[in-house]
Formats: sequence, structure tokens, C-alpha cells
Amino acid sequence: MAENAAMQPRATVPLRRQRNLLHRILANPLSAIGAALVCLAILVALLAPRIAPLDPIAMDLPNRLMPPSTAHWFGTDDSGRDILSRVIHGTRYSLIAAFGILALASLAGTIIGLAAGLFGGWLDELLMRVTDMFLAFPALVLAMALTAALGPSLFNAVMATALVWWPWYARLVRGQALQLKNEAYVEAAVIAGASRSRIAFHHILRNCLTPLIVQISLDMGYAILTLAGLSFVGLGAQPPAPEWGSMVSVGRDYFLDNWWMVTFPGLAIFITVMAFNLLGDGIQEALSPRAPR
Amino acid sequence: MIRFIGRRLLFLCFVLLGISVITFALTHLVPGDPARLMAGQHATGEQVKELAQRYGLDKPVITQFWIYMKGLLSGDLGMSLTNRRPVLEDLRQFLPASVELTAAAVLLVVLVGLPIGLLTGARRGKMLDHLMRFLTVSGVSMPIFWLGILMQILFYQHLKLLPLGGRLGVLDIEPPHVTGFYLIDTLLDGDYATFSSALIHLILPATTLAAGSIAVISRMMRASVIEVLDADYVRTAQAKGLPAGAVLRFHVFRNALIPTTTILGLQVGALLAGNVLAEVVFNWPGIGLYAVNAIKNLDYPAIMGVTLAISVIYVFVNLLVDIAYVMLDPRISFDGVA
Repeated sequence: MAENAAMQPRATVPLRRQRNLLHRILANPLSAIGAALVCLAILVALLAPRIAPLDPIAMDLPNRLMPPSTAHWFGTDDSGRDILSRVIHGTRYSLIAAFGILALASLAGTIIGLAAGLFGGWLDELLMRVTDMFLAFPALVLAMALTAALGPSLFNAVMATALVWWPWYARLVRGQALQLKNEAYVEAAVIAGASRSRIAFHHILRNCLTPLIVQISLDMGYAILTLAGLSFVGLGAQPPAPEWGSMVSVGRDYFLDNWWMVTFPGLAIFITVMAFNLLGDGIQEALSPRAPR
Repeated sequence: MIRFIGRRLLFLCFVLLGISVITFALTHLVPGDPARLMAGQHATGEQVKELAQRYGLDKPVITQFWIYMKGLLSGDLGMSLTNRRPVLEDLRQFLPASVELTAAAVLLVVLVGLPIGLLTGARRGKMLDHLMRFLTVSGVSMPIFWLGILMQILFYQHLKLLPLGGRLGVLDIEPPHVTGFYLIDTLLDGDYATFSSALIHLILPATTLAAGSIAVISRMMRASVIEVLDADYVRTAQAKGLPAGAVLRFHVFRNALIPTTTILGLQVGALLAGNVLAEVVFNWPGIGLYAVNAIKNLDYPAIMGVTLAISVIYVFVNLLVDIAYVMLDPRISFDGVA
């Protein structure tokens, strides 16, 4: 995440250039693959109950620990549940939870960053020192400790991770706000007598949105990965919920003889995260003149 | 230089204070009653109360914080609720394993990532661009715990080449404690058999931990090599007839290293966090595994201690990276003015 923060794209993209942007993203084959996979993941999440062949929770003990076959493409787990169905349903957990983290963190970060950037003075100083403090922590470790304190559950894992992540967005938005504050059109709005809130929301916030969205798209994969990690150590979604990280965690008890229990949920995490990263990478590269090659 | 470090150290004190406040606060948000938990389900109310009293868990939060801070300053992190040993002692016991693992991973990242970046940077091409991009994105997208398990399935179960986990085999005898790093302690002891066992046990966890960072570092290195190759001084060096190898070594490598160092520092942070997951997968007895066990047992003092320890290490690593950055690049002055 920090690596991305160091390579910020330009502040704003005029509307007429946005279609051009889409072309530039899709022109790169890897980004196009990423975009296609992201669409697929969203589709799977939306249609999960319709496309999953079996109930993801219902136990079927006589058929436990079956290797992949035509009846169970991804095999069955220790309670005889169909792993393919669980992986399909898991898409919902991962996407919704990761989106939740980013929504909460970017909302909090935007409010704090805007306040710091626009009001300046002691408020800016105070907010930024608190931000630095949070950034001094290794994020995953703090999220783990926090989730442990709140009690292990997917909801708490989301809350905890959001609480650890907002400073990145606060920094980004503050930087943008500081820069935009001095733009000619903002000064013009001030002279024209626009209210403070109108300037903040209409003129500054709207122009902060592009870099914010780029950052969110870059962070989506990382959010999925963090949640899966928390679930893997038993802090996120609890079994028997069909969450990928917790499926790998349960599968670990059986993995030497039943490789499919860890392989498929892990593969789902890997592919989904990669899809979001390829897309985010593509968006960033299309926007930034100096992205890594 | 000294002023720069002094100022950074001052900020560090401030950060450390913040870290201890946050660490303390987070374990007191918890809804459960640790005294109850520790005493066990069948304990009487009387026993729970006695326990709470002994560990100060019945006092108001402010008093608890005061006790905690006083303890911190004198190096007392409290007693672990589960094994009733001082947390500091636990950390001392488990930290070397984590440091050994992380150091091995950093070494791998540097020894593998930098050369790959340099070699691929010297050869440009669209296909290579795509390949490097694909590898980096795969590297950072791989769930570390999953990669570890796949490696175990491949190298332990199928190829029977490497052990499943742990720092030593069942039959190996722990080397006498000198540094806590098995690789060093076994050598000091002259016990080469145990040394090679420790080394073999380190391979899978370190590779797993390093994989993502190797990908990131090699791409970063490649990007900066490509940029440096375009610089005037490189063209001058080539024009005056310096052999290509010498140009790469003396002109390109060193300059390309500057931006890479910052990213490497950030990667050390990622490695510290990834450590927790790798240690769980490989049953590696470091502070990551200790942290996860503490969390499972709701062992407050241990959770606080280990969060504090990891954060302090993280902060110091970042300081070292900043200093290294300034030392590598003479254009940046220590006062932050270019």
C-alpha cells in the first residue's frame, strides 16, 4: 500500500479523457485480463446461490473427504460439504467484507484528511500526528490484536482492519486538499461567496475522488488478502461459514492426505486478489506517467 | 547527521508512547472478563476475584494503565496469563527465532531480487515488461499461508526433500543458548550436524516469507535500472569505452539501488507482518506463533507485549532504512533540505 502511495497519479482527470483512459487500461493485455476476472468475480458473488451446485453449509458425512470427481469438482471437506459450492459462496464473503473495509476506511480517511487539509493549524497538526502514530504500526499485527480484542468474527475483522487503514486515505486526501485549496477555481469560488461546506464538498472533495478511487482499486486485493489472513489464524469468519481463509485453515488439519481442501479455496483467494491487483495496476499505469515498468 | 538521528529518535519516543497507549487501549475494549477466563469455567466467584486482584484486573482502567506504563518503563511487561511467566522472558525466548527467519528472508530478497532486477533491467522488451509485471502481481497476490502449505505438500510430502516445520528435527538437540540464533549457536558449539538441520528447516519458511518481496523488489529494481540506464552519466561512461559489466556494476547498480532501498525497507515491514502467518504454517516457534496463541487464549499481557515488541522493531527498522537512504544518496541532506 505504501509503495503505491509513493507513486500517486495526477490529481484529476477531465471527463472527456475518461473514455480514453478505459481504452488505455484495456489496451494492456494483463489489465484487460484483470478487468475480466474482476467482472467474473462480481458476477459469481451476485449469482452464488444460483450457480453453486450444492448447499455450502449442509453436512453430508458419508461423503466426507472425497477427492475431486464429477460429482464434486473440487472434492468435499471434513464434513462432506461440497468445496466448489463453498468456494463460490466464499466470493460473497470476500468481496463484501473487503469492500466494507475500504468503504469505512476511505470514508473516515476522507473526513479526517479533508478536515486536516482545509482547516489547517492545530487541527491539522493533531490529526496528522495521530495518523503518523497509526502508520508506525505494522497494519496486519495491529488488525490482529484489535480483532482479538473485539472478539473473532468477520464483522469485527472488517471493523478492526478499517480502523488500521484509514490513515493511508487521510494522508492522501489531505495532500490533495492542500494542493487543490490553492487552485484558481477554488479561489474564484471563495470570491464568488460560496459557503465553506460548498467549497469543501463541491470543489475540493469531487476533485479528490480520482486519486482516491485509484488507491481503493489498488488496495482491494490487499484487503481481501488481509481478511483471508485474519480468518486463517481464526480471527475472521468462523467455520462453517464458507470463507476462503477459514476454509484453508480448516483444511490445514487434513492437507497432507486431502490436498484439495486447501488448494481450491487458496486458489480462489490468489486469483481474485491477482485480478484486482492487475486491474488496479493497470488503472494506475494508465493515469501515471511514471509508473514502474 | 547526528542532529537528524537525534530528531528522529525524539519522534521515536513520541511514537513509542503512542504505540503503548494504543496497545493498552485495544486490549481493554474487550467484552470478556479475563479473570473469569483465566480461572476456568468451574472457578467460584471468590477465586475469580482473587485472580483479578492479583493481576490488578479489578482496578479502574486508568489505574491499570498507570501500572502498565510504570511496568513498561522498568522493563516489566507483566506476566503471561497462560504460562505465568514474565512476558519479557517469553519474548526473549521467542524473538530470536523470528529474527533469524526474517533475516534469512531479507537475505533471500536481496540476493535473488536485486540480481533479477538488474539483469532484466539491462534487457528491455515488451514481453519482458509483461512477464515481470505478471510475476510481481502474482507475488503480492499470493496468500502467504497458502503458498507455505503448497510448499509443504510439494517439498515435504511429494519430494520428501525438506521437513514439514519447526526449527529442528525431533532428534536434534537444541544448541546451548548464546545468541538464540540456531545457525550461529550451532556453529559456535561446533555442532555441524545440527547446523545443517537448522539450515534445512529454515529453507521453506524463509522462501515462503520472501517470495512476495522478491517479486516486488525485482520489479522495482528493474524499473530503476531502466531509468538509470537513460541517465547522461551512464551514456558518458559507455561513450568513454568502459566495459558494459563495469558500467552496470559501478554506475547503474549503485544508483538504481537508491529508490529500491526505500521499498526494501517497506518490505521489511511486510516481512515482519507476514512472519506471523509463516510461523503459524511452519510451526516456527517465534513471536508470531506466540502472538497467535496469546490471541487464542485472550492472554492480555502477552498480546500487549508482543504487539509492542513487533511495533518497536518496525519503527526501528524504518529509522534504519531512512538513515541508509540518506547515506546512499548524497543529494539528500539530513535536515530534509535538498
